[in-house]
Amino acid sequence: MPALGADMEAGKLVEWLVKPGQHVKRGDVVAIVETEKGAVEVEIWEDGTVDALIVELGTIVPEGTVLATLHDGAGAAAPTAPRAVSPAPVAPVAQAAKPAPVVIAAERYKISPAARRKAQELGVDLAKLVPSGPEGVISLADVERAAPAAVAPGAPAVDRMEAMRRAIAAAMSKSKREIPHYYLANSIDVTSAVAWLARENAARSVQDRVLFAAVLLRAVVLALKEVPELNGVWVDDRLQMSQQVHLGVGIALRGGGLVAPAIRNAQDKTIPEMMAAVSDVIRRARAGGLRSSELSEATVTVTNLGEQGTETVYGIIYPPQVALVGFGRVASRPWVVDGTVQARDVVQATLSADHRASVGHRGAVFLSALDRLLQQPEKL
Amino acid sequence: MTPEQVRQAFIEALGQIAPEGDLDHLRAERPLRDQLDIDSYDFLQLVIALHERLGVDIPEADYQRLATLQGALDYLNAATAAMRS
Repeated sequence: MPALGADMEAGKLVEWLVKPGQHVKRGDVVAIVETEKGAVEVEIWEDGTVDALIVELGTIVPEGTVLATLHDGAGAAAPTAPRAVSPAPVAPVAQAAKPAPVVIAAERYKISPAARRKAQELGVDLAKLVPSGPEGVISLADVERAAPAAVAPGAPAVDRMEAMRRAIAAAMSKSKREIPHYYLANSIDVTSAVAWLARENAARSVQDRVLFAAVLLRAVVLALKEVPELNGVWVDDRLQMSQQVHLGVGIALRGGGLVAPAIRNAQDKTIPEMMAAVSDVIRRARAGGLRSSELSEATVTVTNLGEQGTETVYGIIYPPQVALVGFGRVASRPWVVDGTVQARDVVQATLSADHRASVGHRGAVFLSALDRLLQQPEKL
Repeated sequence: MTPEQVRQAFIEALGQIAPEGDLDHLRAERPLRDQLDIDSYDFLQLVIALHERLGVDIPEADYQRLATLQGALDYLNAATAAMRS
Protein backbone atom coordinates (compact mmCIF):
# COMPACT_ATOMS: atom_id res chain seq x y z
CA MET A 1 0.00 0.00 0.00
CA PRO A 2 1.73 3.14 -1.17
CA ALA A 3 1.84 6.49 0.61
CA LEU A 4 -1.13 8.65 -0.30
CA GLY A 5 0.21 11.98 0.87
CA ALA A 6 0.84 13.57 4.24
CA ASP A 7 -2.79 13.64 5.23
CA MET A 8 -3.79 10.06 4.51
CA GLU A 9 -2.47 6.97 6.23
CA ALA A 10 -4.88 4.30 5.06
CA GLY A 11 -7.33 3.43 2.37
CA LYS A 12 -10.03 0.85 1.90
CA LEU A 13 -9.42 -1.67 -0.85
CA VAL A 14 -12.50 -1.66 -3.06
CA GLU A 15 -11.42 -3.21 -6.32
CA TRP A 16 -8.67 -5.41 -7.72
CA LEU A 17 -7.87 -4.70 -11.36
CA VAL A 18 -5.48 -7.61 -11.76
CA LYS A 19 -5.69 -11.32 -11.05
CA PRO A 20 -3.15 -13.99 -10.20
CA GLY A 21 -1.16 -15.02 -13.25
CA GLN A 22 -1.54 -11.66 -14.91
CA HIS A 23 1.57 -9.89 -16.12
CA VAL A 24 2.04 -6.35 -14.85
CA LYS A 25 4.43 -3.57 -15.74
CA ARG A 26 5.83 -0.84 -13.57
CA GLY A 27 3.26 1.96 -13.43
CA ASP A 28 0.21 -0.22 -14.11
CA VAL A 29 -2.85 0.46 -12.01
CA VAL A 30 -3.55 -2.71 -10.07
CA ALA A 31 -6.18 -1.77 -7.49
CA ILE A 32 -8.51 0.94 -6.34
CA VAL A 33 -8.68 2.16 -2.77
CA GLU A 34 -11.36 4.39 -1.38
CA THR A 35 -10.04 7.27 0.70
CA GLU A 36 -11.55 10.35 2.24
CA LYS A 37 -10.31 12.14 -0.86
CA GLY A 38 -12.05 9.84 -3.27
CA ALA A 39 -11.15 6.68 -5.11
CA VAL A 40 -7.42 6.39 -5.73
CA GLU A 41 -5.73 4.15 -8.28
CA VAL A 42 -2.85 2.16 -6.81
CA GLU A 43 0.10 1.70 -9.12
CA ILE A 44 2.66 -1.06 -9.02
CA TRP A 45 6.38 -0.29 -8.98
CA GLU A 46 7.87 -3.45 -10.42
CA ASP A 47 7.40 -5.63 -13.46
CA GLY A 48 6.29 -9.20 -12.87
CA THR A 49 3.45 -11.67 -12.73
CA VAL A 50 0.81 -11.44 -10.02
CA ASP A 51 1.21 -14.35 -7.63
CA ALA A 52 -1.45 -13.83 -4.99
CA LEU A 53 -3.79 -11.07 -3.94
CA ILE A 54 -3.41 -10.94 -0.20
CA VAL A 55 -5.76 -8.24 0.99
CA GLU A 56 -9.47 -8.86 0.70
CA LEU A 57 -11.87 -6.34 -0.74
CA GLY A 58 -13.39 -4.09 1.88
CA THR A 59 -10.33 -4.15 4.13
CA ILE A 60 -8.93 -0.90 5.45
CA VAL A 61 -5.22 -1.01 4.75
CA PRO A 62 -2.56 1.18 6.32
CA GLU A 63 0.34 2.54 4.31
CA GLY A 64 3.14 -0.02 3.89
CA THR A 65 0.92 -3.12 3.98
CA VAL A 66 1.63 -5.86 1.45
CA LEU A 67 -1.37 -5.98 -0.87
CA ALA A 68 -0.24 -8.74 -3.19
CA THR A 69 2.80 -10.77 -4.16
CA LEU A 70 4.54 -10.89 -7.51
CA HIS A 71 6.63 -13.39 -9.42
CA ASP A 72 9.65 -11.57 -10.70
CA GLY A 73 9.78 -13.75 -13.78
CA ALA A 74 12.67 -15.86 -12.53
CA GLY A 75 10.30 -18.21 -10.80
CA ALA A 76 10.55 -16.89 -7.27
CA ALA A 77 7.68 -15.08 -5.62
CA ALA A 78 8.59 -11.75 -4.11
CA PRO A 79 6.46 -9.42 -2.09
CA THR A 80 5.59 -6.28 -4.01
CA ALA A 81 6.23 -4.03 -1.07
CA PRO A 82 9.70 -3.59 0.45
CA ARG A 83 8.98 -6.26 3.04
CA ALA A 84 6.16 -8.49 4.09
CA VAL A 85 4.56 -7.27 7.29
CA SER A 86 3.03 -10.50 8.42
CA PRO A 87 2.46 -14.07 7.38
CA ALA A 88 -0.20 -13.46 4.83
CA PRO A 89 -3.66 -14.79 5.42
CA VAL A 90 -4.69 -17.10 2.65
CA ALA A 91 -6.13 -15.03 -0.11
CA PRO A 92 -9.47 -16.31 -1.32
CA VAL A 93 -8.81 -15.83 -4.96
CA ALA A 94 -9.04 -17.95 -8.03
CA GLN A 95 -5.91 -19.68 -9.25
CA ALA A 96 -4.40 -18.36 -12.41
CA ALA A 97 -4.35 -21.78 -14.00
CA LYS A 98 -8.11 -22.07 -14.05
CA PRO A 99 -9.61 -20.92 -17.29
CA ALA A 100 -12.03 -18.29 -16.13
CA PRO A 101 -11.32 -16.75 -12.75
CA VAL A 102 -14.03 -14.19 -12.36
CA VAL A 103 -13.66 -13.28 -8.72
CA ILE A 104 -12.01 -10.03 -9.54
CA ALA A 105 -13.51 -7.36 -11.68
CA ALA A 106 -10.99 -6.90 -14.43
CA GLU A 107 -12.76 -3.88 -15.70
CA ARG A 108 -12.53 -0.39 -14.36
CA TYR A 109 -15.89 1.18 -13.66
CA LYS A 110 -16.34 4.81 -14.42
CA ILE A 111 -18.04 6.03 -11.31
CA SER A 112 -17.95 9.09 -9.10
CA PRO A 113 -16.55 8.61 -5.58
CA ALA A 114 -19.93 9.48 -4.10
CA ALA A 115 -21.66 6.89 -6.26
CA ARG A 116 -19.06 4.24 -5.52
CA ARG A 117 -19.47 4.81 -1.82
CA LYS A 118 -23.23 4.71 -2.05
CA ALA A 119 -23.08 1.48 -4.04
CA GLN A 120 -21.03 -0.09 -1.26
CA GLU A 121 -23.36 1.12 1.43
CA LEU A 122 -26.35 -0.23 -0.39
CA GLY A 123 -24.70 -3.41 -1.56
CA VAL A 124 -25.28 -2.60 -5.21
CA ASP A 125 -23.25 -4.64 -7.70
CA LEU A 126 -21.47 -2.25 -10.05
CA ALA A 127 -21.47 -4.82 -12.82
CA LYS A 128 -25.25 -4.79 -12.90
CA LEU A 129 -25.62 -1.05 -13.18
CA VAL A 130 -26.63 0.71 -16.33
CA PRO A 131 -24.87 4.06 -16.47
CA SER A 132 -27.01 6.95 -17.59
CA GLY A 133 -24.31 9.59 -17.45
CA PRO A 134 -22.16 10.90 -20.27
CA GLU A 135 -19.38 8.56 -21.42
CA GLY A 136 -20.86 5.68 -19.49
CA VAL A 137 -20.22 7.21 -16.09
CA ILE A 138 -22.23 5.66 -13.27
CA SER A 139 -23.92 8.40 -11.30
CA LEU A 140 -25.29 8.55 -7.79
CA ALA A 141 -28.78 8.42 -9.26
CA ASP A 142 -27.99 5.19 -11.14
CA VAL A 143 -26.87 3.58 -7.91
CA GLU A 144 -29.90 4.77 -5.99
CA ARG A 145 -32.20 3.51 -8.72
CA ALA A 146 -30.58 0.10 -8.60
CA ALA A 147 -30.75 -0.16 -4.82
CA PRO A 148 -33.48 -2.00 -2.98
CA ALA A 149 -36.36 0.38 -2.32
CA ALA A 150 -36.50 1.00 1.40
CA VAL A 151 -33.10 2.46 2.06
CA ALA A 152 -32.83 5.36 4.41
CA PRO A 153 -30.72 8.22 3.13
CA GLY A 154 -27.59 7.70 5.17
CA ALA A 155 -25.30 9.78 7.27
CA PRO A 156 -22.14 8.21 5.76
CA ALA A 157 -21.75 11.06 3.29
CA VAL A 158 -21.40 13.30 6.31
CA ASP A 159 -18.84 10.88 7.77
CA ARG A 160 -16.82 11.10 4.60
CA MET A 161 -16.73 14.88 4.79
CA GLU A 162 -15.84 14.59 8.43
CA ALA A 163 -12.98 12.22 7.59
CA MET A 164 -11.67 14.54 4.93
CA ARG A 165 -11.90 17.49 7.27
CA ARG A 166 -9.91 15.57 9.87
CA ALA A 167 -7.28 14.59 7.29
CA ILE A 168 -6.85 18.17 6.16
CA ALA A 169 -6.73 19.28 9.80
CA ALA A 170 -3.96 16.80 10.57
CA ALA A 171 -1.79 17.80 7.60
CA MET A 172 -2.27 21.51 8.08
CA SER A 173 -1.68 21.33 11.85
CA LYS A 174 1.52 19.42 11.23
CA SER A 175 2.55 22.06 8.72
CA LYS A 176 1.93 24.96 11.08
CA ARG A 177 3.50 23.10 13.99
CA GLU A 178 6.69 22.11 12.20
CA ILE A 179 7.25 24.45 9.27
CA PRO A 180 8.46 28.00 9.98
CA HIS A 181 6.61 29.74 7.17
CA TYR A 182 7.52 33.07 5.69
CA TYR A 183 5.22 34.88 3.29
CA LEU A 184 5.87 37.21 0.37
CA ALA A 185 3.48 38.86 -2.07
CA ASN A 186 3.98 40.67 -5.37
CA SER A 187 1.44 42.37 -7.59
CA ILE A 188 2.17 41.33 -11.15
CA ASP A 189 0.95 43.15 -14.24
CA VAL A 190 -0.26 40.35 -16.50
CA THR A 191 -1.92 42.52 -19.16
CA SER A 192 0.32 41.31 -21.95
CA ALA A 193 0.00 37.67 -20.88
CA VAL A 194 -3.81 37.90 -20.72
CA ALA A 195 -3.95 39.59 -24.14
CA TRP A 196 -1.54 37.07 -25.61
CA LEU A 197 -3.64 34.16 -24.37
CA ALA A 198 -6.85 35.74 -25.70
CA ARG A 199 -5.24 35.97 -29.14
CA GLU A 200 -4.00 32.40 -28.93
CA ASN A 201 -7.39 31.12 -27.83
CA ALA A 202 -9.23 33.00 -30.57
CA ALA A 203 -7.32 30.88 -33.08
CA ARG A 204 -8.01 27.63 -31.24
CA SER A 205 -10.99 25.32 -31.44
CA VAL A 206 -13.21 25.28 -28.37
CA GLN A 207 -11.70 21.99 -27.20
CA ASP A 208 -8.17 23.32 -27.32
CA ARG A 209 -8.68 26.55 -25.42
CA VAL A 210 -6.28 27.21 -22.59
CA LEU A 211 -7.14 28.70 -19.21
CA PHE A 212 -4.92 31.45 -17.83
CA ALA A 213 -4.05 29.19 -14.91
CA ALA A 214 -1.99 27.04 -17.29
CA VAL A 215 0.09 30.10 -18.23
CA LEU A 216 0.68 30.85 -14.55
CA LEU A 217 1.70 27.24 -13.88
CA ARG A 218 4.19 27.30 -16.75
CA ALA A 219 5.71 30.52 -15.41
CA VAL A 220 5.97 28.98 -11.92
CA VAL A 221 7.87 25.98 -13.28
CA LEU A 222 10.35 28.21 -15.10
CA ALA A 223 10.81 30.50 -12.09
CA LEU A 224 11.49 27.45 -9.91
CA LYS A 225 14.45 26.60 -12.14
CA GLU A 226 16.02 29.85 -11.00
CA VAL A 227 15.32 29.18 -7.30
CA PRO A 228 15.49 25.40 -7.01
CA GLU A 229 15.48 25.38 -3.20
CA LEU A 230 11.72 25.99 -3.35
CA ASN A 231 11.17 22.74 -5.24
CA GLY A 232 11.65 19.67 -3.08
CA VAL A 233 10.88 18.16 0.30
CA TRP A 234 12.16 18.62 3.84
CA VAL A 235 12.97 15.15 5.16
CA ASP A 236 15.27 14.04 7.99
CA ASP A 237 16.09 17.58 8.93
CA ARG A 238 17.37 18.57 5.56
CA LEU A 239 16.21 19.84 2.20
CA GLN A 240 16.10 17.39 -0.65
CA MET A 241 15.81 19.39 -3.83
CA SER A 242 14.14 17.73 -6.77
CA GLN A 243 15.41 17.72 -10.34
CA GLN A 244 11.87 17.21 -11.58
CA VAL A 245 9.01 19.54 -10.83
CA HIS A 246 6.01 17.49 -9.74
CA LEU A 247 3.62 20.38 -9.57
CA GLY A 248 0.82 19.96 -7.03
CA VAL A 249 -2.34 21.82 -7.92
CA GLY A 250 -4.98 22.57 -5.29
CA ILE A 251 -8.35 21.38 -6.55
CA ALA A 252 -11.58 22.10 -4.72
CA LEU A 253 -13.90 19.12 -4.73
CA ARG A 254 -17.57 19.59 -5.38
CA GLY A 255 -19.47 19.74 -2.14
CA GLY A 256 -16.38 20.75 -0.15
CA GLY A 257 -12.99 19.27 0.42
CA LEU A 258 -9.64 19.72 -1.21
CA VAL A 259 -7.06 17.60 -2.95
CA ALA A 260 -3.70 18.61 -4.43
CA PRO A 261 -2.52 15.98 -6.92
CA ALA A 262 0.76 16.43 -8.75
CA ILE A 263 1.28 17.08 -12.42
CA ARG A 264 4.32 14.89 -12.83
CA ASN A 265 7.35 16.19 -14.70
CA ALA A 266 5.76 19.57 -15.20
CA GLN A 267 9.16 21.00 -16.14
CA ASP A 268 8.83 19.44 -19.59
CA LYS A 269 5.34 20.69 -20.38
CA THR A 270 4.48 23.50 -22.77
CA ILE A 271 1.46 25.65 -21.97
CA PRO A 272 -0.99 23.53 -24.03
CA GLU A 273 0.47 20.38 -22.47
CA MET A 274 0.13 21.93 -19.03
CA MET A 275 -3.52 22.72 -19.80
CA ALA A 276 -4.15 19.14 -20.89
CA ALA A 277 -2.47 17.85 -17.73
CA VAL A 278 -4.44 20.19 -15.46
CA SER A 279 -7.71 19.24 -17.15
CA ASP A 280 -6.84 15.60 -16.69
CA VAL A 281 -6.12 15.84 -12.96
CA ILE A 282 -9.13 18.05 -12.28
CA ARG A 283 -11.41 15.63 -14.07
CA ARG A 284 -9.96 12.65 -12.24
CA ALA A 285 -9.88 14.40 -8.87
CA ARG A 286 -13.60 15.08 -9.19
CA ALA A 287 -14.55 11.73 -10.70
CA GLY A 288 -12.26 9.68 -8.44
CA GLY A 289 -9.39 8.34 -10.47
CA LEU A 290 -6.24 9.87 -9.04
CA ARG A 291 -3.16 7.71 -8.79
CA SER A 292 -1.27 7.02 -5.61
CA SER A 293 1.93 8.55 -6.99
CA GLU A 294 0.09 11.75 -7.83
CA LEU A 295 -0.98 12.13 -4.21
CA SER A 296 2.41 11.59 -2.64
CA GLU A 297 5.04 12.94 -4.99
CA ALA A 298 4.39 16.66 -5.40
CA THR A 299 7.52 18.75 -4.92
CA VAL A 300 5.74 22.11 -4.74
CA THR A 301 2.10 23.19 -4.81
CA VAL A 302 0.19 25.99 -6.51
CA THR A 303 -3.18 27.23 -5.34
CA ASN A 304 -5.38 29.54 -7.34
CA LEU A 305 -8.18 31.08 -5.34
CA GLY A 306 -9.10 33.92 -7.65
CA GLU A 307 -12.28 32.33 -8.95
CA GLN A 308 -14.51 33.77 -6.24
CA GLY A 309 -12.80 37.13 -6.24
CA THR A 310 -10.12 36.55 -3.61
CA GLU A 311 -7.21 38.89 -4.21
CA THR A 312 -4.44 37.37 -2.14
CA VAL A 313 -3.79 33.85 -0.81
CA TYR A 314 -1.38 33.19 2.04
CA GLY A 315 -1.21 29.44 1.79
CA ILE A 316 -0.15 26.73 4.19
CA ILE A 317 2.62 24.48 2.91
CA TYR A 318 1.68 20.83 2.33
CA PRO A 319 4.29 18.82 4.21
CA PRO A 320 6.93 17.65 3.47
CA GLN A 321 7.07 20.22 0.66
CA VAL A 322 8.85 23.51 1.27
CA ALA A 323 6.85 26.03 -0.72
CA LEU A 324 3.38 26.93 -1.86
CA VAL A 325 2.64 29.50 -4.56
CA GLY A 326 -0.71 31.29 -4.50
CA PHE A 327 -2.57 33.31 -7.07
CA GLY A 328 -5.57 35.53 -6.52
CA ARG A 329 -7.98 37.06 -8.99
CA VAL A 330 -6.79 38.69 -12.17
CA ALA A 331 -8.41 42.11 -11.90
CA SER A 332 -8.32 45.36 -13.83
CA ARG A 333 -6.51 47.94 -11.66
CA PRO A 334 -5.21 51.47 -11.93
CA TRP A 335 -1.50 50.94 -12.53
CA VAL A 336 1.37 53.27 -13.21
CA VAL A 337 3.13 52.58 -16.51
CA ASP A 338 5.81 54.98 -17.77
CA GLY A 339 4.63 57.69 -15.42
CA THR A 340 0.95 57.55 -16.33
CA VAL A 341 -1.95 55.74 -14.69
CA GLN A 342 -3.48 53.05 -16.88
CA ALA A 343 -6.00 50.27 -16.43
CA ARG A 344 -4.01 47.03 -16.33
CA ASP A 345 -4.76 43.38 -15.51
CA VAL A 346 -3.03 42.63 -12.25
CA VAL A 347 -2.71 39.45 -10.18
CA GLN A 348 -1.34 39.01 -6.68
CA ALA A 349 1.22 36.22 -6.57
CA THR A 350 2.24 34.98 -3.15
CA LEU A 351 4.87 32.64 -1.88
CA SER A 352 4.63 30.71 1.38
CA ALA A 353 7.97 29.10 1.97
CA ASP A 354 9.77 27.04 4.59
CA HIS A 355 12.45 29.18 6.21
CA ARG A 356 14.50 26.10 7.00
CA ALA A 357 14.85 25.44 3.27
CA SER A 358 15.12 28.94 1.82
CA VAL A 359 15.59 32.53 2.90
CA GLY A 360 13.31 35.45 2.14
CA HIS A 361 15.72 36.98 -0.31
CA ARG A 362 15.58 33.88 -2.49
CA GLY A 363 11.80 33.84 -2.22
CA ALA A 364 11.80 37.41 -3.46
CA VAL A 365 14.03 36.38 -6.37
CA PHE A 366 11.45 33.72 -7.24
CA LEU A 367 8.52 36.15 -7.33
CA SER A 368 10.59 38.63 -9.30
CA ALA A 369 11.44 35.92 -11.85
CA LEU A 370 7.77 35.02 -12.06
CA ASP A 371 6.96 38.64 -12.87
CA ARG A 372 9.69 38.86 -15.51
CA LEU A 373 8.63 35.60 -17.17
CA LEU A 374 4.99 36.67 -17.37
CA GLN A 375 5.96 39.83 -19.26
CA GLN A 376 7.01 37.71 -22.23
CA PRO A 377 4.29 35.08 -22.51
CA GLU A 378 5.25 34.09 -26.05
CA LYS A 379 8.56 32.81 -24.67
CA LEU A 380 7.02 30.67 -21.92
CA MET B 1 -34.27 24.17 -32.79
CA THR B 2 -37.05 25.25 -30.42
CA PRO B 3 -36.35 27.20 -27.23
CA GLU B 4 -37.44 24.10 -25.31
CA GLN B 5 -34.84 21.96 -27.10
CA VAL B 6 -32.17 24.57 -26.45
CA ARG B 7 -33.11 24.65 -22.80
CA GLN B 8 -33.02 20.86 -22.62
CA ALA B 9 -29.58 20.74 -24.25
CA PHE B 10 -28.25 23.42 -21.91
CA ILE B 11 -29.53 21.70 -18.78
CA GLU B 12 -28.03 18.40 -19.95
CA ALA B 13 -24.69 20.06 -20.58
CA LEU B 14 -24.83 21.60 -17.11
CA GLY B 15 -25.63 18.20 -15.62
CA GLN B 16 -22.50 16.87 -17.27
CA ILE B 17 -20.24 19.35 -15.46
CA ALA B 18 -22.13 19.68 -12.18
CA PRO B 19 -23.74 16.26 -11.70
CA GLU B 20 -24.57 16.94 -8.08
CA GLY B 21 -26.26 20.27 -8.78
CA ASP B 22 -29.95 20.90 -8.31
CA LEU B 23 -30.81 21.73 -11.89
CA ASP B 24 -34.56 21.72 -11.39
CA HIS B 25 -34.52 24.75 -9.15
CA LEU B 26 -32.07 27.09 -10.84
CA ARG B 27 -32.87 30.77 -10.47
CA ALA B 28 -32.93 32.23 -13.94
CA GLU B 29 -31.32 35.56 -13.07
CA ARG B 30 -28.70 34.49 -10.54
CA PRO B 31 -25.17 33.62 -11.63
CA LEU B 32 -24.82 29.91 -12.38
CA ARG B 33 -21.40 29.97 -10.79
CA ASP B 34 -22.88 30.80 -7.39
CA GLN B 35 -25.70 28.29 -7.66
CA LEU B 36 -23.69 25.34 -8.93
CA ASP B 37 -20.21 26.04 -7.55
CA ILE B 38 -18.62 25.95 -10.99
CA ASP B 39 -15.20 27.41 -11.75
CA SER B 40 -13.48 28.47 -14.95
CA TYR B 41 -12.44 24.89 -15.70
CA ASP B 42 -16.06 23.74 -15.38
CA PHE B 43 -17.18 26.65 -17.49
CA LEU B 44 -14.80 25.69 -20.27
CA GLN B 45 -16.20 22.14 -20.13
CA LEU B 46 -19.69 23.64 -20.43
CA VAL B 47 -18.68 25.63 -23.51
CA ILE B 48 -17.19 22.47 -25.05
CA ALA B 49 -20.35 20.48 -24.25
CA LEU B 50 -22.55 23.18 -25.81
CA HIS B 51 -20.38 23.11 -28.90
CA GLU B 52 -20.90 19.37 -29.15
CA ARG B 53 -24.62 19.44 -28.49
CA LEU B 54 -25.70 22.56 -30.33
CA GLY B 55 -22.86 23.23 -32.75
CA VAL B 56 -22.42 26.77 -31.41
CA ASP B 57 -18.88 28.08 -31.17
CA ILE B 58 -18.87 30.49 -28.24
CA PRO B 59 -15.93 32.92 -28.33
CA GLU B 60 -14.25 33.77 -25.03
CA ALA B 61 -15.38 37.36 -25.36
CA ASP B 62 -19.00 36.16 -25.04
CA TYR B 63 -18.51 34.02 -21.94
CA GLN B 64 -19.97 36.61 -19.61
CA ARG B 65 -23.25 36.54 -21.51
CA LEU B 66 -23.72 32.96 -20.30
CA ALA B 67 -23.33 33.84 -16.64
CA THR B 68 -26.99 33.21 -15.78
CA LEU B 69 -29.52 30.66 -16.99
CA GLN B 70 -31.61 33.36 -18.65
CA GLY B 71 -28.58 34.99 -20.27
CA ALA B 72 -27.35 31.64 -21.55
CA LEU B 73 -30.73 30.65 -23.03
CA ASP B 74 -31.13 34.03 -24.72
CA TYR B 75 -27.64 33.78 -26.16
CA LEU B 76 -28.02 30.18 -27.32
CA ASN B 77 -31.45 30.78 -28.87
CA ALA B 78 -30.02 33.68 -30.85
CA ALA B 79 -26.93 31.70 -31.83
CA THR B 80 -28.85 28.62 -33.00
CA ALA B 81 -31.30 30.82 -34.90
CA ALA B 82 -28.38 32.61 -36.58
CA MET B 83 -26.95 29.25 -37.65
CA ARG B 84 -30.24 28.30 -39.33
CA SER B 85 -30.50 31.44 -41.38
